[in-house]
Amino acid sequence: MSATNLPVGSFVRIAKPELQTLIDQLRAMGYRTIGPRLSQGAVIYDDVDSVEQLPRGWVDQQDGGFYRLQPQEDGAYFDYVVGPHSLKNFLFPPRETLLQLSREQDQWRLHAPAPPDPPLAVLGARACDLRALWVQDLVFVEVEFVDPAYQARRSNLFVAAVNCRRAAATCFCHSMKTGPAVVSGFDLALTEQDDHFVIETGSERGGEAVAACPWTPCTISEIEAARRAPRELERAMHQRAPRERQDLHKGPPLRSLDVTDLRELLLNNLEHPRWESVAQRCLACANCTMVCPTCFCSTVDEVTDLTGDQVRRERSWASCFTAEHSYMNSGTVRKSVRSRYRQWLTHKLATWIDQFGVSGCVGCGRCITWCPVGIDLTEEIAALRGTMP
Amino acid sequence: MSMGAPTATRSMDVAGPWTPRTARIANVKQEAPGIATYELVFEEERRAASYRFAPGQFNMLYLPGMGEAAISISSDPEKYGSFLHTVRVAGNVTQALSRKSAGDQILVRGPFGSAWPVEKCRGGDVVIACGGVGLAPLRPAIYQIINHRAQYGRVFLLYGARTPNDLLYADEYDAWRAAGIEVVITVDLGASEWTGHIGVVPVLFYRLRLNAPQTHVLTCGPEIMIRFVVFEALARKVKREQIHLSMERNMNCAMGFCGHCQLGPTFVCKDGPVFTYAQMEPYLHLEDL
Ligand SMILES: Cc1cc2nc3c(=O)[nH]c(=O)nc-3n(C[C@H](O)[C@H](O)[C@H](O)COP(=O)(O)OP(=O)(O)OC[C@H]3O[C@@H](n4cnc5c(N)ncnc54)[C@H](O)[C@@H]3O)c2cc1C
Ligand code: SF4
Ligand code: SF4
Ligand code: FES
Repeated sequence: MSATNLPVGSFVRIAKPELQTLIDQLRAMGYRTIGPRLSQGAVIYDDVDSVEQLPRGWVDQQDGGFYRLQPQEDGAYFDYVVGPHSLKNFLFPPRETLLQLSREQDQWRLHAPAPPDPPLAVLGARACDLRALWVQDLVFVEVEFVDPAYQARRSNLFVAAVNCRRAAATCFCHSMKTGPAVVSGFDLALTEQDDHFVIETGSERGGEAVAACPWTPCTISEIEAARRAPRELERAMHQRAPRERQDLHKGPPLRSLDVTDLRELLLNNLEHPRWESVAQRCLACANCTMVCPTCFCSTVDEVTDLTGDQVRRERSWASCFTAEHSYMNSGTVRKSVRSRYRQWLTHKLATWIDQFGVSGCVGCGRCITWCPVGIDLTEEIAALRGTMP
Repeated sequence: MSMGAPTATRSMDVAGPWTPRTARIANVKQEAPGIATYELVFEEERRAASYRFAPGQFNMLYLPGMGEAAISISSDPEKYGSFLHTVRVAGNVTQALSRKSAGDQILVRGPFGSAWPVEKCRGGDVVIACGGVGLAPLRPAIYQIINHRAQYGRVFLLYGARTPNDLLYADEYDAWRAAGIEVVITVDLGASEWTGHIGVVPVLFYRLRLNAPQTHVLTCGPEIMIRFVVFEALARKVKREQIHLSMERNMNCAMGFCGHCQLGPTFVCKDGPVFTYAQMEPYLHLEDL
């Protein structure tokens, strides 16, 4: 045990209850700590100041339009995977004020929005969540224009990530090469073992945070065991049988996505009959775009007081599934659900690559789980490829 | 919805690309029914003097409480100090703007977007084909060509509106002709005293003898008109890379953040609004894209 900082790339071991010390230390460092919490039958991200608040001992069953938590004997802290929230909810919040104005004698004066939020520390983010963060960075920061509010929150973010040792049937990070192992973009990476956590430090402040916990250096075999856990899961995910050869009666289909020439597949099939077939099932409810950790569309609205002298410009999440999204006074461009689903999927998996150099999909499966009618993008792609009926 | 008083007053130095600048309306000129041109001057003198734009770019005009609208800049890019916007009343923001008059304040973000390749057209012929308010974003290109007229070959303006009353900038055509622009005007519906062409803009191509390899076409207007202009230009062997179109999509941010303006892989706000037909070809003919 030591009071000095741990260098980047250290592997240490802490006893499970010491997670509380880590949370306390992050709070002492000035962070608002958030992490997984149970809420209305799902794991979401919310404020966490005590380990008691973590959904310890719960695992999730996920399938198209299906999410259920079940208790599990071993009392693991992190064996559920992703829920309906992602880090997007905090870095690019569902609603925020961009600008405030007030009018005095027909003159508008501009005011900064509310003072900046306290820096955030997130506990329990997954590999796919980290990748999604990076994908949103490419939209809001790594471009010609920089969104100041996003950038401020992002540059202060502390990430204590967790390596998955279990995946849901809806997870396909192995296909997108985004998980389940946490490899970069973290301050700390935790791997849960039976009676301890192995923690890898990824930054100086990560080292500072974990140095406050009673830690011991890891043995080589402990480091290897920690590294093996997500790799074994990844191997198992790669061994998932093709969908058409899975026995559907033994549980939900285990997802994979064939990404070979995916961009070309989509852009060459913009008039494929499958778009009409999915449009007949799709409710255009926009759930998939809300839960997707990379979807970035928004609309700025005016909020005024009764006199009209006080105005706030508020940005909230928008969705390409609505008619307003492509509204022009000459008429809505995407009139049909067919054209809106096509926009969503081709943007996510194809034109995103033209725009940002990477896929817009991190393989988290949220859009499958939270679709009320269970539309599954991996199945839609298989159908476009002609490998599914 | 009600709200409290704003916090932290840092007037006019609220940094960031979301911050509009205040401007004054110096003059309003009624152009046609429901269409007026506003001359704007930034209140901050330094900004007024240093503001530059390229032909084809647009500003986001902001009326607090009403919202923003993307409006092309329609003045001479080589005239500094003030700039013009020609606006057609369409909905909330443009309607509210139409009730403003000289001396009123309005807020502006910009300039945004890509420009007409006016410099690249030097040494060649130029066909400007537009309809309705589509002439507004092309007027800066016309002015710039006239400013450097000797550097261009033949320059045509093919312009159409619904009726003679709807024609924009009609008092300038003679000056443009005198400056060496071949101005051809058409209307959809002509009253008995109308002696000019009747019909749609693309048809005006029938009269042109183009030297295709050295011709650039610049077009803006309803999408259907753009498609036919492209068709006529291609039929006359103008290269896909030399046909330039200004596209229109819903715009909420103008900075590539809000996602509304996507057209295929492009953000019309920052990759456009001016594209080459070579860029747009895969997407222009798809229904509901
Ligand atoms: C690059 C570009 C340049 C333009 N230049 C001009 C111009 O020079 N003169 C002119 O009169 N009009 C121009 N327009 C069209 C103008 O932006 C719309 O008429 C205007 O946004 C309508 O706003 P509104 O609030 O009055 O209408 P509403 O129907 O109330 O629209 C509400 C909101 O929807 C969006 N919206 C609606 N229609 C359009 C549209 N056609 N294009 C983009 N966003 C839209 C805007 O965000 C608008 O604030 C241009 C559009 C684009 C994209
Ligand atoms: S998609 Fe991969 S990284 Fe994300 S929760 Fe599932 S297993 Fe973990
Ligand atoms: S498209 Fe679906 S699977 Fe891909 S990142 Fe978004 S929510 Fe996750
Ligand atoms: S207008 Fe917002 S992304 Fe183009």
